[in-house]
Amino acid sequence: MNALLERLLGRLPIGWLQLSHNKGRFAAAIAGVAFATLLVLMQLGIQGAMKIGSLMPYSLLNADIIISANDGSTLTDRSNVARARMFQALGVAGVAAGAPAYIGMLEFRQPNGVPTTLQTFGFSVADKAFTTPGVAAKFDQLALENTSLIDTKTRGVDATIFADLEAGTPYPFEVNGQTLTAVDTIKVGGTFAADGTMFISDQTFLRFFGNRTSNAPNHILLKVDEGISPAVVLERLREKFKGQALTIETLDAFAAADLAFQTTERPTGIVFGFGVIMGTIVGIVIVYQVLSTDVANHLREYATFKAMGYDQRFFLGIVTEEAIILAILGYIPGLVASFGLYKVMTMLTSLPVQMDGARIVYVFLGTVIACALSGAIATRRLAAADPADLF
Amino acid sequence: MGAPAISVSQLDHFFGSGEALKQAIFDVNLEVERGKLTILMGPSGSGKTTLLTLMGCLRDVQSGSVLLLGDELREAPETRLVSLRRRLGFIFQAHNLHESLTATQNVLMGLQVHGKGDRTKQRKAARHMLGLVGLSDRLDYLPSSLSGGQKQRVAVARALVSNPEVVFADEPTAALDKESGHTVVKMLKTLGETRGTTTVMVTHDNRILEMADRIITLEEGRVISDEHQT
Repeated sequence: MNALLERLLGRLPIGWLQLSHNKGRFAAAIAGVAFATLLVLMQLGIQGAMKIGSLMPYSLLNADIIISANDGSTLTDRSNVARARMFQALGVAGVAAGAPAYIGMLEFRQPNGVPTTLQTFGFSVADKAFTTPGVAAKFDQLALENTSLIDTKTRGVDATIFADLEAGTPYPFEVNGQTLTAVDTIKVGGTFAADGTMFISDQTFLRFFGNRTSNAPNHILLKVDEGISPAVVLERLREKFKGQALTIETLDAFAAADLAFQTTERPTGIVFGFGVIMGTIVGIVIVYQVLSTDVANHLREYATFKAMGYDQRFFLGIVTEEAIILAILGYIPGLVASFGLYKVMTMLTSLPVQMDGARIVYVFLGTVIACALSGAIATRRLAAADPADLF
Repeated sequence: MGAPAISVSQLDHFFGSGEALKQAIFDVNLEVERGKLTILMGPSGSGKTTLLTLMGCLRDVQSGSVLLLGDELREAPETRLVSLRRRLGFIFQAHNLHESLTATQNVLMGLQVHGKGDRTKQRKAARHMLGLVGLSDRLDYLPSSLSGGQKQRVAVARALVSNPEVVFADEPTAALDKESGHTVVKMLKTLGETRGTTTVMVTHDNRILEMADRIITLEEGRVISDEHQT
């Protein structure tokens, strides 16, 4: 290792020699950086789960354009929209098909009394193409009244129920005083808003949501003709419905706006955002402490080097060398631990706490930069002082 | 006689500020000849080490003038100080070895400050220097495995390995036995005679006074005697 680093650096690998000289201190420094990394990754993981959860419902829909009431910011906090708008939209050039989408929350109690909330989507069986292929393939089973496709990743539900269901045994359960029978499964997962997801037909939906009517779905989904840009059709629709209290967007833009609202305006999003900021600050403080302590511990030796004619660039080189070593050696256990904790959190909460490649890269680069900057700041005292004052 | 290695004039130095301001050096004027072994003596607190560090560009010159190898140190930019320091050798009282570097690596630091160079040659030179101070059997030892005297000899090797023009030594023989101390000072003296290396040494060690070319005595920050020996 020494020889390799000496060859790479073209000088004695003083940073490495310093770090590895005192094994206990080295281990503590690595643990500090690992903890800082873990802290940031956990906060990002939780925030990421919220983001994935916010976008999850959209991933179940298969449409180009969505028409909604303009008095809300998310998929579920808006007034209903008149189904008549769908028929009007179908008259616009470029619109190929439309479907009303009904969305609501249903709560059922498990045999053990635990309440479970399911985000419930109601679609006409004829409109199954407006759901993702995985859902659409099973949608015909919902032609029977009071049947549902239930999410096997629903939080807190006995896994044997889903195992039986997948083996062909329907699962009846009571909701709002009526029996609903799960006839097949989908895999979605819990969010901060619901324990799981369920698909039912529009007719079943209206049966379980007594105050809703078929004339007023939550949203209208549209598909455009093949070969036509949704943006072009979008402009035509906006022109058509000009002055009306509607939001007309591509599904992707609608989802992005929902996500932006959830992360920047909803209390949970702001709290998680703060969590990431605080985690990052605490992480930087830990890394700074590790590097500045290391520099302080070697100040006398650095002063000797300064007296010998070594310049500030040399000390920055040593500290950068240490920073990179600590960042790499601290990041690896931090990353491994975060994978483990992500799994534990997902298991316990059913939230989609997932690692992504960009996060791995950015947090690593952030760790290296934080380590290097911390070390550079810690050497300022050395730059400012006379060597004789440091002996 | 050529220009002096060091020329000090009207040098004052203060520590602290405000009411705690204390003057450590008072109007010191002296010239140090090239190739000579000059010893600074005096009781503790007389300002010997302060004067040494001022002449060795380890401390800012506040008042007066210090010309080191022809360069004025007062208000000199850091880059000039860095290049001047590379022409010097320092032997510190507390040896100041790097605890995580072996004896050879510590001495190598005295060479690598001048550039990357041929690593094999540098290593060979470092080992040779350690051999000259009697440590050829301790080349790969860490300072923690060396005695006080051995550490001091590594520090001497580190200071001399790059053939400095001026060596500043603060109590270099304090941790050495009589024979080792004599060997080190003899080495410095020989360097002066053969290569023209100038040595300025702070010491309390009366055993080595006879080898000095000149003995300057300080008391309370003032030069009270300046004896040239023949």
